[in-house]
Amino acid sequence: MSLNMDTKNKLPKPVQSLLNNLLRYLLMVLVVLVLFGIILLITGKDPLQSYLDIFRSAFGSAQGFSEVLVSMTPILFTALAVALPSRLGLINVGGEGQLYMGACLATWGAITFSDQPIWLLLPLMTLLGFLGGALWAVLPGVLKAMGLVNETITTLLLNSIAPKLVAFFVFGFWHSPMDTNKTPNFVPAARLPTFFGTRVDLSLIIGLVLLGLFWFVMTKTCWGLEIRAIGGNSQAAKRSGIPLNKYWVLMLCLGGGIAGLAGMSQVSGYYGVLLVDFSRGLGFMGFLISWMSFGDPVAIVITSFVVSVIFTGGNMLQLTRGIPYAVINILLALTLFVVLAQPKFIKRKTA
Amino acid sequence: MTISGEVNQKIPLFSMKSITKQFPGVLANDRIDFDIYQSEIHALLGENGAGKSTLMKILYGFYRADSGEIQQNGNPVTIKSPQDARDLQIGMVFQNHNLIPALTIAENIALFLPDLPFILRKKDISDYIKEISSNYNLQVNPEELVSQLSIGEQQKVEILKLLLSDARIMILDEPTRVLAPQEIDAFFEILFRLRDDGYSIIMITHKMKEVLTCADRITVLRQGGVANSLLREEVDEAGLIRLMFGKQMPQLEVESRQIDRSKFIPVLELQEIVTEGEGAETSLDRIDLQVFPGELVGVAGVSGNGQKELGDLVLGMIPTKSGKKLLNNRDITKDSIQQLRKHGLAFIPENPLIMATVPYMSVLENFVISSTWRYGSLAGMTVDWPTAREDLLQGLEDLGFELPLYVPATTLSGGNLQRLVIIRELSHQPRLIVASYLTRGLDVQSTLAARAALLKARDQGAGILLLSEDLDELFELSDRIIVLYQGQLVGEFKPSETDRYEIGHLMTGTEVENVP
Repeated sequence: MSLNMDTKNKLPKPVQSLLNNLLRYLLMVLVVLVLFGIILLITGKDPLQSYLDIFRSAFGSAQGFSEVLVSMTPILFTALAVALPSRLGLINVGGEGQLYMGACLATWGAITFSDQPIWLLLPLMTLLGFLGGALWAVLPGVLKAMGLVNETITTLLLNSIAPKLVAFFVFGFWHSPMDTNKTPNFVPAARLPTFFGTRVDLSLIIGLVLLGLFWFVMTKTCWGLEIRAIGGNSQAAKRSGIPLNKYWVLMLCLGGGIAGLAGMSQVSGYYGVLLVDFSRGLGFMGFLISWMSFGDPVAIVITSFVVSVIFTGGNMLQLTRGIPYAVINILLALTLFVVLAQPKFIKRKTA
Repeated sequence: MTISGEVNQKIPLFSMKSITKQFPGVLANDRIDFDIYQSEIHALLGENGAGKSTLMKILYGFYRADSGEIQQNGNPVTIKSPQDARDLQIGMVFQNHNLIPALTIAENIALFLPDLPFILRKKDISDYIKEISSNYNLQVNPEELVSQLSIGEQQKVEILKLLLSDARIMILDEPTRVLAPQEIDAFFEILFRLRDDGYSIIMITHKMKEVLTCADRITVLRQGGVANSLLREEVDEAGLIRLMFGKQMPQLEVESRQIDRSKFIPVLELQEIVTEGEGAETSLDRIDLQVFPGELVGVAGVSGNGQKELGDLVLGMIPTKSGKKLLNNRDITKDSIQQLRKHGLAFIPENPLIMATVPYMSVLENFVISSTWRYGSLAGMTVDWPTAREDLLQGLEDLGFELPLYVPATTLSGGNLQRLVIIRELSHQPRLIVASYLTRGLDVQSTLAARAALLKARDQGAGILLLSEDLDELFELSDRIIVLYQGQLVGEFKPSETDRYEIGHLMTGTEVENVP
């Protein structure tokens, strides 16, 4: 026992906090499983078999596991799009709209420059995707900096405009000869490369790299210090000479841009085509995940993964157990509830 | 002032026996005995960190003692929460008032009352407040919004809250800290009247003069233990100082100086500055002011007359509506705060907790945030922590302060936060220093150190604008004193050519009649 304690104390701090977090999450998953199991029992299904199905679908085969990663990719971006401004104390609810605008501009690039080679076209689309999301966040950022309107309201309101704009362009200009509600399939040069014959594409790597970069900037750089100062006490930061307004606009745009990248990755990677109303709330899911993870990059990855397991497993349950898909929403809601409620017996270790 | 309170010498109302409280790394209370009798003003005196607040928070149920016992009339009681304390008729007013600005006085007080009926009868509460308040010279208008009140009035409301909730023992944590000079006497009158009516008052403070003026009994804490507990008659100022510090205090030597202004261009020049105050802010009205290098200009004024706004204007927090602001003859009217700081402006705000530090960042990080451009390297990619650490340690050494470097600022006491801000702002040889309430929350020793540091910066050629309500401080340190009243400069004096009386009149806007 004492030996055990010793080795534990010798572990470097980040590793220790990581272990603590893992333990926390495992316990939370357990609580969710028990609660959902009760619901399954009530509906007359065998919870153990159902869980086994979910587990098999996610971890039973490489193909199944890859689908979890595919489902996780866009929400990594949209979660980061919320986490970044949240460090300044800004609440970006506009991930959904920014995602649509990113997809919109990236699609414009894919259609207009379809004759360009892949090494030119993909970076261009990435840039356009980023730009689309970032531009969609300029207005909220500027209005906030001018002290006129709260960014929560503006980003939220812009969410309902973006899909309409996309629909306008698709119906009006870009639709394929066959369907009115989507563009023609993208040329191969406009598609993100995939790995090992699965649907996992390059954007997963980009998302993880961005999260790593986010961690580095926040903890190691001078910018991170200034951002944390603003988030911790904006008045003190302002009096210290840190340019608040600049950071507000910049970080909202950066967040918007990253959400835009999610949109780009969806049309260029997952779909290969721009569909009207293609996002099923990816932006909002990112919002939830970012807040559940307290804006922490490692926690974002873990939470996104768990949520994706639930999603893909839910699809499987629908097939194997005849459980209506809506039940999966109950499972997801339970997960959210348990994480956000922060049960007392799972002590949050403070450093 | 004579004290005529009858001190009940029989059984103490409450008795704290051998109270010990350990915080990580600090023994805050070490076997402290503390008695409070009926009808007395009991001053709890001690330096910052002597354990005064901790002891009182134990009595109020905010903390629990590691060991020791609390007795009421000789019988042991347990106080686990402020609710328990209130049931035992103990009430406390904290340093930072706990009022809700958007509600009226009556609503704030009603919230605090036990047995609140489901449907509020505001008129009854208001009448009750009026009745009680007129008994004790605590007149307030119950219908007024708390956001409209001065800090002094807010304090009255806090005391009313205790009175109406039937507290017999009132713990006041540094009550005079926020009061203007003339408000303090009136405040003591209130305390005397409460005492004469049988209330017991515990006053946490580190101000010697006030203790000698109003206390019946004085308990001095030093480094977590009781240095002594005495009746007022048994002690004088020198004796108290010896008890607080265990030694004689050095006095600050202030050299009076005369600046030959023709030689210098002013560090700071304000020309006909007009600002427009928003909400509760005061508008500044045609301010003309020059501060020369090596000169300390004191700004006197009752709070709410534009001192905060003057400081914020210089810093660039408030935009100028018309007029010009010059730093070393360079127009800085439209410069950003960072630009000004880069040009050598330092700013010590009145409230380090809200206005200068970030609670969840470490002391060292807080040291860096006001000059990130100085410590950032590779265009902001990294921070030069070793240099920052060295600078902070140097600053600590220069002022004789001690602070842990890697704990979050939120764990520091108010005095330590102020120390941190003073060190931060005075490092890097500032050319212009704006300091509001420099020594607020500091104990005697740190006050001396902070003033000495300010004077040293002055002697090295910095221009200083010192905003303070402490006239003693202004007279002691200033080369020149200006007076603000309702956003206007109403007077300018050399300290040797005026007196408190004249300045006091200008501060309050009353006519000066008998000035020779």
